Amino acid sequence: MAELLRHDQEGAARAAGRDEGRAGPPGPADGAPDRPLARARDGLRAYRMISAMWIRSTMAYRASFAMTALGNFAATALDFAAILLMFSQVDALGGYRLPEVAFLYGAAATSFGLADLAIGSMDRLGRRVRDGTLDTLLVRPAPVLAQVAADRFALRRLGRVTQGALILGYALIALDLTWTPLKVLLIPLMLVSGAGIFMAVFVVGGAFQFLAQDASEVQNAFTYGGNTLLQYPPSVFGKDLVRGATFLVPIAFVNWLPGLYVLGRPYPLGLPSWAAFTPPLVAVACCALAGLAWRAGLRSYRSTGS
Amino acid sequence: MFVGTGRFRLYAAVAAGSFRRFATYRIATVAGVFTNTVFGVILTYTYIALWDEKPGLGGYDQAQALTYVWLGQALLTTVAVMGGGFEDELMARIRTGDVAIDLYRPADLQAWWLAGDLGRAVFQLLARGAVPMAFGGLCFQLALPGDVLTWLAATVAVLLGVVVSFALRFLVALSAFWLLDGAGVAQMAWLASLFFSGMLLPLNVFPGALGEIARALPWSALIQVPADVFLGKHRGADLLATYAFQAGWAAVLLTAGRLLQAVATRRVVVQGG
Repeated sequence: MAELLRHDQEGAARAAGRDEGRAGPPGPADGAPDRPLARARDGLRAYRMISAMWIRSTMAYRASFAMTALGNFAATALDFAAILLMFSQVDALGGYRLPEVAFLYGAAATSFGLADLAIGSMDRLGRRVRDGTLDTLLVRPAPVLAQVAADRFALRRLGRVTQGALILGYALIALDLTWTPLKVLLIPLMLVSGAGIFMAVFVVGGAFQFLAQDASEVQNAFTYGGNTLLQYPPSVFGKDLVRGATFLVPIAFVNWLPGLYVLGRPYPLGLPSWAAFTPPLVAVACCALAGLAWRAGLRSYRSTGS
Repeated sequence: MFVGTGRFRLYAAVAAGSFRRFATYRIATVAGVFTNTVFGVILTYTYIALWDEKPGLGGYDQAQALTYVWLGQALLTTVAVMGGGFEDELMARIRTGDVAIDLYRPADLQAWWLAGDLGRAVFQLLARGAVPMAFGGLCFQLALPGDVLTWLAATVAVLLGVVVSFALRFLVALSAFWLLDGAGVAQMAWLASLFFSGMLLPLNVFPGALGEIARALPWSALIQVPADVFLGKHRGADLLATYAFQAGWAAVLLTAGRLLQAVATRRVVVQGG
């Protein structure tokens, strides 16, 4: 069913003249090299249009938007309030002082905030599978992933990004570090790669929901749970938990590995120091795997009812 | 008397129906238990680091602090710290105008939703509370009470906490009569509840006046008070005073809900009518 609809979809895109100017005759067998690129462009275009629509819709209730954006900011700030309350009682946690924890916190929260803003609505997929509205997305001439990612695009999530960036800014001012060009370069690299890794986690979670429609909360354990984990230094946690976060679900590459390099601290698992520069590669690999998982999930989709 | 028992049976049926409704989504429940457990593990390590640094913080030893973590995870959905109970549904009914149907039912609006929320809470206490607590107990050194009476006393405190939580969320839901889209108010409400319930960190750890204020607010009845009863901090007359604190807030907030409901229903204009 899903396969059939996807063929229809491609047909519809061709009928709409979207494939004009492409070399070679159109057909399912052609493997023109620009195809994935064209598909990605198509997807981004659909994503932009759908998210713009949701932003307009959000703006219909401006007071509510202002309150929810502020609420989103405050909700993430509460995590940091907890850390501040802890530091009102102690001077160090796991051997790390407040500015160092704030640095890890800010990096994780900003990366996660960016991913959450971009595709945080993926956890609604299970609901769409359950009530059958996913079928509507399958017949539209746009990639399903782009449609699901932009579904109910929530601009209020800027609150989380802002909060994370503010804490990171505070940490960078409060930290007394000897800066090298490499460290300076590593910070934007860390934020972008981190957002990529978290996005991959969101997409894998979405793919999983094709199988376990009601289990959208499992995803929270890895997204929100992962974010919470990364807000504290790895020295706080048991070795096995750190191993799992490094090799199993590699969220340690979001901020722990690059962050500890910037802070000049050793990583508890004794990884080489060049590992701090691998996050972009890890992010690309994660996104590729997530893409495959998404494909498998979508292929396994059987519509409700008949 | 007859009317009384009839009423009781009606609300008991609503509560039982709500229990069954939440029990239907088994996979969702398992997923929730998994997530609560993962968060429990993460928080446990941060609490170990904190109590290693400063033993006896907030009057808890490390085992008690870890018990507090797992109690928080077990009670999170039961007392609906972050919302997610009935209020979204009631707000949607107010927005669409369906609340008009609720208002001419031969049942009280507040009592109807309270019964439903209690049914939900009992299910979530059993399904989402027991497993994370058992996991925490098996994997970490917890301070579980040895006598049945403390378990019973804590259960009563949890139920009172659910009523206080309901009364707060009922007020939130009624705001939709004026605002139509109550999402903003709902979010503000769960933020306050997350911070002041003791879910983030035990209120005993809050410094100075902030701690005093937090412990006097109604939200402390949700997590902090049941946890302290569970940890055996309130016994004898002190336990009764603790119950009175919870029941007092429940009474005040439920009365406020009734008053607000009276004002709202006098001014309500059903959409489209």
